[in-house]
Amino acid sequence: MNRIIYLFVFILCQLNLSKAQNIPRLKTNDLQYWTLQNSDTIFVINFWATWCKPCISELNSFEKINKLYADKKVKVILINNDFKKQYETRLKPFVKEKNIKSSVFFMDESNPNSWIDRVNTDWGGAIPATWIIQKSSNYEKFIEGSVSFEKLKEMIDPLIK
Amino acid sequence: MKYFVSIFIIISLSFTTGKKQAHPGYKVGEQAVDFKLKGVDGKYYSLADFNKSKGFIVIFTCNHCPFAQAYENRIISLHKKYSLKGIPVIAINPNDPVKEPEDNYENMQKRSKDHKYPFIYLIDETQQTARTYGAARTPHVFFMDAKRIIRYIGAIDDNFEEPEQVKEKYLENAIDAFLKGKNVSVTQTKAIGCGIKWK
Repeated sequence: MNRIIYLFVFILCQLNLSKAQNIPRLKTNDLQYWTLQNSDTIFVINFWATWCKPCISELNSFEKINKLYADKKVKVILINNDFKKQYETRLKPFVKEKNIKSSVFFMDESNPNSWIDRVNTDWGGAIPATWIIQKSSNYEKFIEGSVSFEKLKEMIDPLIK
Repeated sequence: MKYFVSIFIIISLSFTTGKKQAHPGYKVGEQAVDFKLKGVDGKYYSLADFNKSKGFIVIFTCNHCPFAQAYENRIISLHKKYSLKGIPVIAINPNDPVKEPEDNYENMQKRSKDHKYPFIYLIDETQQTARTYGAARTPHVFFMDAKRIIRYIGAIDDNFEEPEQVKEKYLENAIDAFLKGKNVSVTQTKAIGCGIKWK
């Protein structure tokens, strides 16, 4: 009986492990990835951190967008800005615990001054911030501050063909 | 028709004034306004009170933000170093204490005492100073001369997480150049920070 329980727990752990996503580390030049390719995919990119309360409050809106447009060319990207030392101790457990489905990336640069302007020259660097891009239609929108699910939907819908 | 046009104008105006940051903020070279804000000691302070200063390091910062906390010791060192040269740090917390209770006045008093702040720590209750200056995040630095002409805006240095790995001390470079009467080469930088909690 004990054996079966152990086996059951083991399988559960395995299932859980396979669900947690891998979190790639980004460098400044990697940010071009979403702006260079001439695609009609709509990238909804959010800059956040686990300790940023307004970021956490709006996380669910991005997850809802990710789910709602799962069969459309919409990709939600969550670029995390926690400290490097928190990657293992805070970010990974957070993503696993909240079971985040959107793609999470980690901004692995120590000097934000080197990359903030690459995103948007009007951005002062405050988070949360959201960047929506559709290269094929030359659409680019940047929002410093929180954004609601309705507002996101309002921006995305007209871009979908 | 005119009626519709006026309605349209009124609606557009209400959108503009309803925006959170109506003032785009200061640029380097502009003269900043003085303020009168309450410090953690209960007294009110203005820049005009420091009439012997050569300049000011005005830093919008707060208690709760991990970036502000990461820079706390560096801000203390900056004050210790430059107040001797006539350029004190003036720290201002602009956050709405309802949205972020950790940043309320009592917690400011506590933090400044626990961490032995050698500089004055002011509360921007109406958030008017932060809006006028164009502060967007914490920490956000404005270095100005005695006439309140802004010489540098932005980050303290190029590495928020590892102080020992810093290569460019943006703010100190700007102050040192100013003190030597030289032109400041980098006058504006950016940093990730906690967005100010507006009311």
